[in-house]
Amino acid sequence: MRHLPVIAAVPPDPSSDENLAINAPLLEEWLVAFLQDEIVRRRGFQKAVVGLSGGVDSSLTAFLCAKALGPQNVYGIRMPYRTSSKESLEHAQLVVDQLGIQCRTIEITDAVDGYLKFEPEADGRRRGNVMARMRMIVLFDQSAALRALPVGTGNKTERLFGYFTWHADDSPPVNPLGDLYKTQVWMLARHMGVPEVIVSKPASADLIVGQTDEGDFGISYVQADRILYYLLKGYSTEHIINMGFPADDVALVQQKVASTHWKRHLPTTAMLSTTSINDYYLRPVDY
Amino acid sequence: MPFQVAAVQLSPKKADYAHNLGRVGEIFAQADAMTPRPDVLVFPETVLSGYFLEGGVRDVARTRENLFRDLLDQYRKHVRSDRPMDVVLGFYELYRGNYHNAGLYATLTPLEGCSLQPCVRHVHHKFFLPTYGVFDEKRFVSRGRTIQSFDTRFCRAAVLICEDVWHSITATLAALDGAQVIYVLSASPGRDFVGEDLGNLARWKRILPEIAAEHNVWVVYSGLVGFEGGKGFTGSSCVVDPWGKVRVMGSVLGEEIITAPLDLDEIAVARAASPMLANLNSALPDVAIALDALAKRPHWNRSEAFLADDIAGPMPEPDMRQEL
Repeated sequence: MRHLPVIAAVPPDPSSDENLAINAPLLEEWLVAFLQDEIVRRRGFQKAVVGLSGGVDSSLTAFLCAKALGPQNVYGIRMPYRTSSKESLEHAQLVVDQLGIQCRTIEITDAVDGYLKFEPEADGRRRGNVMARMRMIVLFDQSAALRALPVGTGNKTERLFGYFTWHADDSPPVNPLGDLYKTQVWMLARHMGVPEVIVSKPASADLIVGQTDEGDFGISYVQADRILYYLLKGYSTEHIINMGFPADDVALVQQKVASTHWKRHLPTTAMLSTTSINDYYLRPVDY
Repeated sequence: MPFQVAAVQLSPKKADYAHNLGRVGEIFAQADAMTPRPDVLVFPETVLSGYFLEGGVRDVARTRENLFRDLLDQYRKHVRSDRPMDVVLGFYELYRGNYHNAGLYATLTPLEGCSLQPCVRHVHHKFFLPTYGVFDEKRFVSRGRTIQSFDTRFCRAAVLICEDVWHSITATLAALDGAQVIYVLSASPGRDFVGEDLGNLARWKRILPEIAAEHNVWVVYSGLVGFEGGKGFTGSSCVVDPWGKVRVMGSVLGEEIITAPLDLDEIAVARAASPMLANLNSALPDVAIALDALAKRPHWNRSEAFLADDIAGPMPEPDMRQEL
């Protein structure tokens, strides 16, 4: 008997990044249009202010803003604390030089230490939060001084992990990267020409000496993003584990997302009426 | 004799009816001066207000009578020639105490020199209201209950709105009701940047040629552009011929007018080559019986009480044959 050739479907490969692939030129065009529309047309600003940390997120945001508004209309603000790495400042300078955007360095050490001297027992987490909030005080004040809209730099992975200071990193009114996983930020950054030394270095909040994001997480961005992709699509953790992902990794990612929903919302308000804002009285942000 | 259509992709100012109406008036003036001059102007879904309004629907909704009067005023203010023009336009409608996502088809005429009477020929209420993910329409507007074709100056036509067309049965119903042209008004937020096209746009590029080719109708699609609260609409207005070929398509992001002649003779030629609609018409009684049986099928739900011991094993599958 002659056997027919059998063509079988290939099961999903957990180590594939096919799901996270992006059409980078299309995405660049879209995000530039988004920034022009949201900053200029909807809000009436001509200029933007970006906190430049020297990391890939803020660098890419500066690249997008420079393309959307023109480099002369983008202000990169470097806000080092005394323990911030010298490398961060240098990398931010690389971005400023490559784009030709405006730049100012405002050290936050005195302001942060002015408060923390009353809290000598504050641990690293508290000190990091104070720094992040101080940077937003500076950024929003510079916004008022320069008539420039603050643009956020947070990516989807750190938003899902709650890896930011509430009402600090997440507070700028416009954010082009918030729906891009970190690995997608890397792809777009490479496409737009962000210096490779910035894209390829280990991501760090640089709040504590030697700190890295992946060290804090206990999982790599690559693996986290692959799991997040399926988790956010609605697949159960059992299903994701059955696909071949390690159970510990899946549990870690799921726990980080599940324990931080509150950070992705406005404060909880006691609902008392049938006109409660955002419960009954519903108007979109651009209304 | 072909007639000329033009689809206008605009980015409306959020919730500013007067401003957006004024822009429609300016487009009337531009269209009046175009060569060839459009006979039908097609504007996108919710072009007079923007799409994502939540509770703001009630602030911007208009009655069809008010809208018609406003459009006629704009036409007579901006158009210099003595020729009529038909307009298809998406808006939030207040109709008999309910709010709807609606599409109006009207004939507008100048004050003097034209024997035609201005009129509203049809208002379609969106039949399928997307209420999932980023969409929340059912919370704020009521669903339309009919898909109807209607007669225009040029042919028989139908108006469908956005998700209506993602269910191929709506185009089928319109074609069965005699539509030769289907006007599709849309506000489609861009998402998924993986392939050559945005994910939603890739879907539109499959759907529109498919419905045109299946029923051998002209399809005119008008898409909103611009961003609303971070959500950007993907324009790409287009005209698809009765063979399923895209004759012209606009850009994804820009405000612009795309235009093409519609030759109704092409419908007959295409239908002779591929008589799908005729085949469907001949089988319609059996299709109707099958649909009727499906519509009357009892909904399966385990309503009887059961004990813990009953679910020690796997839950029994429903026996659908019994219910049919």
